[in-house]
Amino acid sequence: MDAPSTPIPSGIEGALDVTPQTRPRATYLEVLHDWIVTVDHKKIGLLYIGFALIFMVVAGLEAMAIRIQLAVPHNSFLDARSYNRMFTMHGTTMVFLVGMPILFGFGNYLVPLMIGARDMAFPRLNAFSFWVSAFAGIFLYFSFIGGLGLAGAGTAPDIAWFAYAPLTERPFSPGHNVDYWALALLASGIGSIGTAINILATVFCMRCPGMTLSRIPLLAWIYATVSFLVLVAVSPLTAAQVMLLIDRYLGGHFFDTQAGGSAILWAHFFWIFGHPEVYVLVLPAFGFANEIIPVFSRKAIFGYPAMVAATVGIAFISLGVWAHHMFTIGMTSFGNTFFTLSTMLVSIPTGIKTFNWLATMWGGKLRFATPMLFSVGFLFQWVIAGLTGIMLSVSPWNWQLHNSYFVVAHFHYVLVGAILFMIFAAFYYWYPKMTGRMLSERLGKWHFWLMIVGFHLTFDVMHIPGLLGMPRQIYTYEPDRGWTLLNQIVTFGAVIQAVAMAIFVYNLVHSYFAGKAAGPDPWDAWTLEWSTPSPPPAYNFPVDPVVASRRPLWDLKHPEDPDSAFE
Amino acid sequence: MSTIPLQHESLAATWRLPSRGRIGMASLIVAESAIFTIFVVAYIYYMGRDVSGPKPHDVLEVPVFGTICLLSSSFFIWLAEHAIAHGNMRSFRIWWAITFLLGAIFLGTTAQEWHKLITVDHLTVSTNLFGTTYYSLVGLHATHVAVGLILLLTVLLFALAGKVQTRHSERVQVLALYWHFVDAVWVVVFTLVYLVSR
Ligand SMILES: [Cu+2]
Repeated sequence: MDAPSTPIPSGIEGALDVTPQTRPRATYLEVLHDWIVTVDHKKIGLLYIGFALIFMVVAGLEAMAIRIQLAVPHNSFLDARSYNRMFTMHGTTMVFLVGMPILFGFGNYLVPLMIGARDMAFPRLNAFSFWVSAFAGIFLYFSFIGGLGLAGAGTAPDIAWFAYAPLTERPFSPGHNVDYWALALLASGIGSIGTAINILATVFCMRCPGMTLSRIPLLAWIYATVSFLVLVAVSPLTAAQVMLLIDRYLGGHFFDTQAGGSAILWAHFFWIFGHPEVYVLVLPAFGFANEIIPVFSRKAIFGYPAMVAATVGIAFISLGVWAHHMFTIGMTSFGNTFFTLSTMLVSIPTGIKTFNWLATMWGGKLRFATPMLFSVGFLFQWVIAGLTGIMLSVSPWNWQLHNSYFVVAHFHYVLVGAILFMIFAAFYYWYPKMTGRMLSERLGKWHFWLMIVGFHLTFDVMHIPGLLGMPRQIYTYEPDRGWTLLNQIVTFGAVIQAVAMAIFVYNLVHSYFAGKAAGPDPWDAWTLEWSTPSPPPAYNFPVDPVVASRRPLWDLKHPEDPDSAFE
Repeated sequence: MSTIPLQHESLAATWRLPSRGRIGMASLIVAESAIFTIFVVAYIYYMGRDVSGPKPHDVLEVPVFGTICLLSSSFFIWLAEHAIAHGNMRSFRIWWAITFLLGAIFLGTTAQEWHKLITVDHLTVSTNLFGTTYYSLVGLHATHVAVGLILLLTVLLFALAGKVQTRHSERVQVLALYWHFVDAVWVVVFTLVYLVSR
């Protein structure tokens, strides 16, 4: 397992770009101005990623506060109200201010480069979407100090991330906490829809000559599918937020149970968004795996058409499973059966993907650099998360375990074990492209192994208190329940993960100044982004590239045996 | 430093891609359809569940005139699209102005209807479930009409100033796509609110 950073293949040098890469030094003010007014997809991508990283640290600290509170029974680190705020803000932040922005950030940065375009289809819309999302984040956190906040403990939302009605109605939440939540999500939803429109138009209309839809990198396919999901899944949430605001500000009765309104309708609307949202977050992680696993196995991806079909299949099936979050609310036996079966159906396309990744690695020359380590961790954890998902999809089992720590463990297995691991892999893989410097492999290995240990201590063990009946969202528990030791192990694992995260952040900052120079193509990869200098110039490609296969850089490096001969 | 040599120049010459304006607008329409679907579902779900009046049957009148105006505007914007594609700028301006006028009349009839509902029937958003769902659904559509009218008016002013030419034909078509969508939504809203629930 030595460091794989030797390569820089020949064939990349000596091409046509003679534009000078150096510019006169700018003052700090000029640099700042440049970042604020930028419409360059790479800069906006980096803004998204930086914004998401800041909120990742914030929401991570909220998670730590939750874990400290639960480490011992009858703890008084947080009172009940602050505890409610912590888990509400942790969940809302991680989904809307960390997950979506970081994935949109990578999409923004990578999709145009990978399909040989010079920018997104609508650069100004792109900047608008980012700043609206950034506003949403700042607005949501302003709730801690805004309104009556400074006098008391803040007006931060305390309604859980799914904000069930009628708790969100005026009589039950009289302050401004729900308003902050609803308006922030409305703004972030508008940003997400804008970016989704942009990515779709980019993938379909900005491809370089020869880049047919059957040749675009799988990551581009995935981002197009995710964008479609955002259009049809985030829009219902936006609509539901508008209804909630009509209730709260205009005296409407959508979710007002006293006037005949329905609390269940909110649950439906929320989960019509909420379940596809899981796939909005996890599909880009699949996309990263599709790019990283082949390069570190030295083989082309196995089953490209099947991968595309599985991606689109997951997107469609995920639109018909939402009520598996509502088994305990009560449904007809037909409803129970339908949503159990449709949920189980998801395992077919995801299974296809998993087997294709394994088949890609099978017989390959595996290089276990940090991106690959995280990808392999992702594969294992994704399978386990999928298995507990199938358990939870069985409605009688679900009645037993709904709203318990088993569910919390399950979805954190997806969100951390699969998505976050692949995001880390993506950082180690593309950071050299974005900054021109390699991330430290030594720190990367520390990061990975600490993360693995911490993750499994926390989230493997967390299933057990769930099975023993510990409900989620309780701020404390009795000592005689037998949950104490388990919770302590979970908290201990969280501390290890926090250390791993600190190493990662240190690595990001330190390597920016002291990392090894990366060169254009440190991993000997095959997609177009590696044909540009690192970091790429504002215009990406001096001349429109022309491609003849799925792996244009392979063709370039191996003119004697090009992929294009086999298409 | 870095580019893939242009080995396949013949390909580059024949390379065609869809228009990003059209794909972008189609995507927006998908998102908007999802938003309208949620409001329509809420309307259907709450139909007849009110604990107090007034009921749709007592207060709503079928807005035949406004509906005819709005739906026929789709035809006139289609004529305008045709005119600009063939460089016939004079008839483009006329058809475009008629489209705008018909849209404005529709919005006027909605305003009149709301005025009557509020002052005569005392139905507001907060009166009952019917009020809440009716004003949100019809209001959401009216908002889209208003946005469309602003866009139509902008193009109209530029056209009257002579700044719109045949080369803008595609952009005009993209805008017309939005207008057709707004009209199509009205068919659904009209059928549901004024025919089914009444
Ligand atoms: Cu789900």
